Amino acid sequence: METIKINIDNKIVEVEKGATILKAAKQVGVHIPTLCHLHLHDLNIENKPAGCRICVVEVAGRRNLAPACVTECYEGMVINTNNIKVLNARKTVLELILSDHPSDCLICSKNGNCELQSMAQDFGVREIHYEGEKSTYRADTSPAIIRDVDKCIMCRRCEMMCNDVQTVGVLSAVNRGFMSVVAPAFERNLDHSECTYCGQCVAVCPTGALTEVDHTNAVIRALADPSKTVIVQTAPAVRAALGEEFGMEPGTLVTGKMAAALRRLGFNYVFDTDFAADLTIMEEGTELLDRLNRHLQGDTSVALPILTSCCPGWVNFFEHQFPEMRDIPSTARSPQQMFGAITKTYFADKIGVKRENMVVVSVMPCLAKKYECQRDEFKTNGNPDVDFSISTRELAHLIKQLNISFNELPEEDFDHPLGESTGAAVIFGTTGGVIEAAVRTAYELQTGKKLEKVDFEELRGMDFIREATIDFDGLPIRIGIAHGLGNARKLLEEIKAGRSEYHAIEIMACPGGCIGGGGQPLHHGDSSILKARQKALYSEDAGKTLRKSHENPYIIELYKEFLGKPCGELSHHLLHTHYFDKSVEVSVVE
Amino acid sequence: MATIKLSTNKIDELRAVCKSFNHEKGELINVLHKAQGIFGYLPAEVQEIIARELNVSVAHVYGVVSFYSFFTMLPKGEHPVSICLGTACYVRGAEKIIEEFKRVLNIGVGETTSDGKFSLACLRCVGACGLAPVVLVGDKVYGRLSPESVKDIVAEYAK
Ligand code: SF4
Ligand code: SF4
Ligand code: SF4
Ligand code: FES
Ligand code: FES
Repeated sequence: METIKINIDNKIVEVEKGATILKAAKQVGVHIPTLCHLHLHDLNIENKPAGCRICVVEVAGRRNLAPACVTECYEGMVINTNNIKVLNARKTVLELILSDHPSDCLICSKNGNCELQSMAQDFGVREIHYEGEKSTYRADTSPAIIRDVDKCIMCRRCEMMCNDVQTVGVLSAVNRGFMSVVAPAFERNLDHSECTYCGQCVAVCPTGALTEVDHTNAVIRALADPSKTVIVQTAPAVRAALGEEFGMEPGTLVTGKMAAALRRLGFNYVFDTDFAADLTIMEEGTELLDRLNRHLQGDTSVALPILTSCCPGWVNFFEHQFPEMRDIPSTARSPQQMFGAITKTYFADKIGVKRENMVVVSVMPCLAKKYECQRDEFKTNGNPDVDFSISTRELAHLIKQLNISFNELPEEDFDHPLGESTGAAVIFGTTGGVIEAAVRTAYELQTGKKLEKVDFEELRGMDFIREATIDFDGLPIRIGIAHGLGNARKLLEEIKAGRSEYHAIEIMACPGGCIGGGGQPLHHGDSSILKARQKALYSEDAGKTLRKSHENPYIIELYKEFLGKPCGELSHHLLHTHYFDKSVEVSVVE
Repeated sequence: MATIKLSTNKIDELRAVCKSFNHEKGELINVLHKAQGIFGYLPAEVQEIIARELNVSVAHVYGVVSFYSFFTMLPKGEHPVSICLGTACYVRGAEKIIEEFKRVLNIGVGETTSDGKFSLACLRCVGACGLAPVVLVGDKVYGRLSPESVKDIVAEYAK
């Protein structure tokens, strides 16, 4: 590594050649405030439009102040990051941004978690010296995401996520000057675009311009209604992140406290989406083996690779962008929907409650699930299998609203029967986890042999596209993994071109998988948090006695008592789905 | 919204333009210029075709269209009315003329009347400052206008 010497705030330091001032300053512990810049190191994602000019510093010999996030260091550079000239310039920039920003912080859903707000706090802004016109746009509410464009500061992080990382291309900067905002084409609403509701734009928005549709009040109302049996399910990735909202270290597992909190919130049954993740493996694994074996026997009508289908962001993506390939993904529903379908049939019968009197709430790291549970195919006579899907952040708000001291709670267990799960289900929350869980079960079903070592290190990690060949007792099974929709696109293009060598591919829409979902506690640019969450999930898996989905005793019971066999008729009806062509044709009228 | 009719001939022409630029993303602005030349304006459908041809997102195409005031998404009227907003005209009351056109035609600047007859736009100095305030209808120049004369001009074309 070639290095150079520079002077930052009168300290001589040695930094990597080509480093930006921002990076160099960080190396030596000097904090420079930033707003538009975003760097997720572990995911190799960077946004540097150099638009906000909050990060300016003084460079000796240069006339104007330099934006630290894009200015490269050179040998002998003398930098001052905090003299009066710099501080005044930053404050002016901030005040100008604030002069065109609504000041309803007190009732903003980002209150306490907004980067603009904390910057105003840090800078000690007490007065805004600029009075200008405030732009007003109509708000856009979709099934999952709210765009409150008045609060947009044009940092363009969302645009970078949607275009460069996800390659969905829904968001773009439009108009000019004072009127410029980030919006979908023709400033239509999100639900008239190809948005997948992955929520990655929401995950990086520093302000309240992009937020989730909030169902906490609806949940409180259901809990207060004595005629309703209210049932909750929590996704795998939630337990590895919820603690952050209560000041715990990233990667702290709060499974037991979370179950206790849900019970104190008044849910009648505290269940676990992990149960349904085990069920997903039974169905998806069986489907995989069926397709694989027919393929090996020379049946050309079966398509391989099979793609996982448990991520609704990914489902939305291929329905819009690759509809011609919609017979390749597994037909298995997501765990959230499997859970709802089983709860409102099997479990409803068991406890003698009509589905109309049941309210199923899911707690998800995900915003796409808000949309998914509203899809018509997951309703019976208009009654949805899952009534409300709330995010990890919303659950934290609920707990705070109801004055529950989360950190003091005891560790409790989930209820039975839909609260029992194996280690295979827990790792669903990270990239690589679904396919590892599937391999554990498929291996034993296919070979009839016991799998001694259940840890498949070769499937783990954070690289965007990973591949591995797993030996199924002499039969090499080639596995692909992609997270982030841009990477999924690459694998899809390969399949389309007939160049794909894989038997099975796992795809998750969000970088990192659900641990990095759009409904998780905000990482504010620190991607090491995702790694900590990932580690937590693998450690919960390692600590479990049962680590293969087909060994879950309650799953075995469910098939015996109710479903019959995996991919059987009842499964087909309750646990599988079909996909739609949602591509938009250009309407040409003669 | 009115249904937009695009003739297949013109669409073929547009596709040929994209091809002549090798479907290069970087040529987007040039393609849009040519497209506006073909259609007179850039309706959503045209932008969608261009997005596909150049393999960029529609949102990005719209981003560019909405950035440059030269591009328009609205069809021009049969008789485009352009009001000069150069300094001389401005000083001599161009704003009152705009207001009167807006009132008489019942549309805003940048819009077209529902019968497609008139559209309203503003221009920079057209070089006829001696005649200020100046209005163009198509290529015909009207000078030394008063708000009262607006009705007569409109009547001239409204037949
Ligand atoms: S939710 Fe995902 S697809 Fe939709 S606008 Fe945001 S980043 Fe793009
Ligand atoms: S919506 Fe949020 S992330 Fe997107 S540009 Fe505006 S402030 Fe930035
Ligand atoms: S990766 Fe997880 S959080 Fe992200 S869209 Fe898919 S299911 Fe939701
Ligand atoms: S953070 Fe550097 S310009 Fe915005
Ligand atoms: S200012 Fe109107 S013609 Fe010059």
